[in-house]
Amino acid sequence: MRRALHLIVLILSLAMVPALPAFAVQPDEVLDDAGLESRARLISQRLRCPVCQGENIDESNAPISRDLRLFVRERLVAGDSDSEVVDNVVDRFGEFVLFDPRPTGSNLILWLAGPLMALIAAALAFRFLRGRNQVGPEVASLDADEQHRLDEIMRGK
Amino acid sequence: MIAEFGHFALILAFMVSIYQMTVPMVGAAKGWHGWMDSARPAALAQLVLMAISFGALTIAFVTSDFSVLLVYENSHTSKPLIYKISGVWGNHEGSMLLWVLILALFGAAAALFGGNLPPSLRARVLGVQSSISAAFYAFIIFTSNPFWRVGNPAFDGRDLNPLLQDPGLAFHPPFLYLGYVGLSMAFSFAVAALIEGRVDAAWARWVRPWTLAAWVFLTVGIALGSWWAYYELGWGGFWFWDPVENASFMPWLLAAALLHSAIVVEKREALKSWTILLAIMAFGFSLIGTFIVRSGVITSVHSFANDPERGVFILAILAVFVGGALTLYAFRAADMTAKGVFAPLSREGALVLNNVLLAVAAFVVFIGTIWPLVAEMVWGRVLSVGPPFFNQAFTPFMIVLALALPLGSIMPWKRASLSRSWKPLRGALTLTAAVMVLVYAVSTGRSGLAVIGAGLGSWLVFGAIADLWLRTGSSGIGRLLRLPRADWGKAVAHSGLGITFIAVSLIQAWQVEDVRVAQIDEPFRVGAYDLVLRSVERVDGPNYLSQMGVIEASRDGRAVATLTPEKRVYPVQAMPTTEASIDYGFWRDLYVVLGDEQPGGGWAVRTYVKPFANWIWGGSIIMALGGLISLTDRRYRVAAGAARSSGADTVPAE
Repeated sequence: MRRALHLIVLILSLAMVPALPAFAVQPDEVLDDAGLESRARLISQRLRCPVCQGENIDESNAPISRDLRLFVRERLVAGDSDSEVVDNVVDRFGEFVLFDPRPTGSNLILWLAGPLMALIAAALAFRFLRGRNQVGPEVASLDADEQHRLDEIMRGK
Repeated sequence: MIAEFGHFALILAFMVSIYQMTVPMVGAAKGWHGWMDSARPAALAQLVLMAISFGALTIAFVTSDFSVLLVYENSHTSKPLIYKISGVWGNHEGSMLLWVLILALFGAAAALFGGNLPPSLRARVLGVQSSISAAFYAFIIFTSNPFWRVGNPAFDGRDLNPLLQDPGLAFHPPFLYLGYVGLSMAFSFAVAALIEGRVDAAWARWVRPWTLAAWVFLTVGIALGSWWAYYELGWGGFWFWDPVENASFMPWLLAAALLHSAIVVEKREALKSWTILLAIMAFGFSLIGTFIVRSGVITSVHSFANDPERGVFILAILAVFVGGALTLYAFRAADMTAKGVFAPLSREGALVLNNVLLAVAAFVVFIGTIWPLVAEMVWGRVLSVGPPFFNQAFTPFMIVLALALPLGSIMPWKRASLSRSWKPLRGALTLTAAVMVLVYAVSTGRSGLAVIGAGLGSWLVFGAIADLWLRTGSSGIGRLLRLPRADWGKAVAHSGLGITFIAVSLIQAWQVEDVRVAQIDEPFRVGAYDLVLRSVERVDGPNYLSQMGVIEASRDGRAVATLTPEKRVYPVQAMPTTEASIDYGFWRDLYVVLGDEQPGGGWAVRTYVKPFANWIWGGSIIMALGGLISLTDRRYRVAAGAARSSGADTVPAE
């Protein structure tokens, strides 16, 4: 899938990287159990093909992705939970293959940056809005001369 | 000879841009009218020179002049004409030439239509705009020159990547660039205003159409790219959260924020310094996007190291312009005093919330995009950030945005009351609830995604209708038609957003997929459709060879469509591609891909039923249309007309 974008990179950049046609999941890989198969698909979409340009293994044509897809299905059939399967793959290939980085260590910054920034922005906005509300009246009231002049205008002079 | 002509025009344009970035600025500082006014002919001259330069490169591509290195590397005589033309920008050098052509186009447009600008502001806007041009001219001439010749021309070229030989992608970059570069106008106006030390309602009225136009172009460009990915890449995905996509999405979000905050400046003379900052950031993110795409730094650290010159050059441009503008901002922002007074619960307050949500959402996309780079450089962690992260981190902001939008957009300026603003929306709320019940009833045993997404989207659409209804009051259809175009544009754009919301959630929740080995003449069923593979034939295209499957689809015994998915090979680049065959429909797309011939007989076939697929791009186009309608609002035309008459008055007086 990153291939998609990679191609848009291509149009904008110089490098010509060959891309293969997409026919990721082969018919012989599909599990008979629809429930297990749909779990396998969801897990596959979270795992990155280790040798491709940012595709997940569900969409990749690389042989290693096929092996990983088969491995994921094998583990699911053996009764592993989703997180056990993912842990197993990450243990072998490292966290690079995980598309949603674990919220541990320095990755906490990544996960918390959005909520934290939202809080800061909300606080700033709130302060600003209160400040806007408390500014004195937009126009000071008229003094006697101005009031007199206004009355004249209103009378049509 | 023609290539040299283009090369020469490019260098001349560079010279003119250096003149235009200095002389009018000095004139504006000293109050010399002649110096200031010389910016206008200079801007027009740049456009003419760039048109010549770009035209020359186009001629080289169309005539297949393989003595030009770029043409040799990216074209081929047997390529269809349209892709010879789109091949001009289907590569790094040519796309940069398109970039500066569009910069020159916007500069010339500002010179032509900027008649009502105060002379000093106009001179400064054109000066800043030209300094951006100058930086990119230098970038092209010194690192990415498209006009280099080769000594011994080859007999034929290496052809354009076949996946790029596609009508959707042919026009994707020009629209995207019109958007990116359009934001340079907002940037130039912001920097010019900082130099002048003055931001008022009139300034916002000048800036807003440029921002709106840039946003419309970005919307169309992103929609085209997404549509291309959908039909070309063979699994019907439409958004991938790839760094390159994010590079265009961040400016889009910030441009959306900017065109809303500029409304507050225009109507209420508040949020001035924030609007200036947004204008700087929006174009800054366009440059960051360019940097990401050009340098390849995000896709791979190594590709950056292989060709650091271009990446460093763009990084320097980014540092100078954004850094310079922010420094100027730090000195001058305090001068931008707000006038309008309003309660937190008001249209102004709602637009502040809009800006908070859009800006933070853009920030989340930014963090996710650069995180792999940061993690590797700082902690040595090699990791990936992909769709699962963005779906979780980005979506909440869009949900809050959709919830608040109809209410916020119906609130009056200055001070609103929650109970009174709710009143006109009760009908919309009822209809939304009805849609949610309907969706729930249709989608048995699925997640809440369909119900929530369709609900939010319907809420936006019905809310927009309620807004128009409220404005019409009881005066009937005549008043409805006479509403300002800005009101219509707002309602149309917000409905478009709602339609996209509905589509994105329903296609994900309701899609049906089928992967199988199909035997010839043996029917199979996908969702409500019966399909049968009739044959697979060999077909020769103009510059490719193809195996074409013929699949007949029917529903309840009635023929629906004959689909012809292909597997192509482009011999020049020795590259295979899949061409999905799609039966487009209002409610659903039927999407078929042909795979390999199986050893045991039959062919691998993948079929999808994709409900509401067209609504994704339909909604985007409606959004863009809303922007266009708003752009034709009377107040902009009146301003332009006033400029013409006042210009005629003042010229003899000088």
